[in-house]
Amino acid sequence: MSWLTNINWEQIYEALVETIYMTGVSMIFIVVFGLLIGILLYCTQTGGLYENKYISKVVDVTVNVLRAIPFIIMVFLIIPFTKFLCGTMLGATAAIPSLVFTASPFFARLCVIAFNEVDKGTIEASEAMGASKFEIITKVLLPEALPAIVSGISVTAVTLVGYTAMSGAIGAGGLGNVAYLYGFSRRNGTILYMATAMVVIIVFILQGIGDYLVSKIDKR
Amino acid sequence: MIQLKDIIKIFTTKGEDIHAVRNVTLDINDGEIFGIIGYSGAGKSTLVRIINQLEKQDSGEVIINGTDIGKLKDSELRKERQKIGMIFQHFNLLWSRTVEENIAFPLEIAKVGKEERQKRVDELIKLVGLEGRGKAYPSELSGGQKQRIGIARALANNPEILLCDEATSALDPDTTESILDLLKRINKELGITIVMITHQMEVVQKICHRIAVMSDGRIVEEGTVKDIFENPKHEVTKRFVTNVDSNGKIEKIQKELKELYPFGQIVRLSFTGEISKKPILDTVLKKVNFPVSIVNANIGHSQIGPMGVMYVHISNGTESEYQEFVKLLRDEGVIVEVL
Repeated sequence: MSWLTNINWEQIYEALVETIYMTGVSMIFIVVFGLLIGILLYCTQTGGLYENKYISKVVDVTVNVLRAIPFIIMVFLIIPFTKFLCGTMLGATAAIPSLVFTASPFFARLCVIAFNEVDKGTIEASEAMGASKFEIITKVLLPEALPAIVSGISVTAVTLVGYTAMSGAIGAGGLGNVAYLYGFSRRNGTILYMATAMVVIIVFILQGIGDYLVSKIDKR
Repeated sequence: MIQLKDIIKIFTTKGEDIHAVRNVTLDINDGEIFGIIGYSGAGKSTLVRIINQLEKQDSGEVIINGTDIGKLKDSELRKERQKIGMIFQHFNLLWSRTVEENIAFPLEIAKVGKEERQKRVDELIKLVGLEGRGKAYPSELSGGQKQRIGIARALANNPEILLCDEATSALDPDTTESILDLLKRINKELGITIVMITHQMEVVQKICHRIAVMSDGRIVEEGTVKDIFENPKHEVTKRFVTNVDSNGKIEKIQKELKELYPFGQIVRLSFTGEISKKPILDTVLKKVNFPVSIVNANIGHSQIGPMGVMYVHISNGTESEYQEFVKLLRDEGVIVEVL
């Protein structure tokens, strides 16, 4: 078992915590922003609760533009903003703005898909009962779309882990950093594989939790 | 009382105007079960949605108990809608809520307190016969049970009006029967005005007091069920009346006949009301000189008067003779369909 001595466990542990921190904190922002943008897109679309062609178009184009920018370019593009917000462009916290910028529009799209799958008849029935638009969003749309939203959260989280590894390689820390700096650059295969295994395990756990939650809350 | 005055509704899709409702004027009395029957696309779904303003009419007035609800502000309209229950063909329940929570939903909207809500939910569950299923989710229930939830939900805020949008169209005949019984009971016991739209003649025949027949956005005929069945005037009404009670069966008969008689012409003759007592076929046959054989016939006396359907097969005879035959029958008031 001599190969195990090649690993600085403390370092791996630290990187693991950083990766989880980046993913977790970004995810909170992504869910909030994504849901808000998703609701905005859903409500302003043609036939929506607050139909508005202009807002719909503007938000739609913005979302598409943000989604079209590859993550690694987004990191460089928003460096001034990141510096303003975090005071630095290095470290795990500084990775969060670019992660949120890239993944929020993606998650917003998944939310719109989830909302559009809510039966129009259910919404019509709620209107017929005298529900206000706000009640329709909070009492019908969100609860009915919840299984699809949760499944969207796990898909986004998995993608996000991949992004954190990428930002790790350019100075954000985490498992990506360990894999690149110690595994690749210093040609330590064991560390490279170990970091990979860690990322794979995180992804499996996230997907597993997501699937479990969806099966629990989906009553269809 | 629901009064519809000269309602017009036009949908514009892809630059094309579709006249869904054309100048409909209708009075629906308190406590009656009023049926609106028509084929799909006749505009009946739109019309019923105009009653609770899910669709806004382009012109005309909807007056419910003296209030012109087209002129209400949003918040007032929402209050008014709480007094108008609605049930749907596909039930439109919330999948994420249990039976109890579904029924409680309109009560939440009406800001009814928690304890009172639970009390009312229990009453309603009993009323629609879903005792013991309160904690189940809609997906665990049958179609008939789902519609019962829909009915309970629609009745939650003690409405004066219940709108039924093809409420039984997705149900099998037995379940339809039981849902209609329930609606009838609700109408009797609670005195709720029921407006139901359907394409099933059996449904209106079973529970409606008065009906209106809709075709191409217009009300083409209106009256008591008895009047309409005994003396249908409009072509669409005649088709409905003669097709009653045998949905699916008719298709089967026609298919069989076509296979049995691949040559010649098969004609379907329908008689209703007074004319079914006259010797029409005999009269007409004396005037034509080709043989006509009866291949299927069914004449009965239903609760709405005598009614008959007959299929005849014509194997020879010229086109003009055959046209004459159809014309003679039509002149006598028979509904003739050439298969």
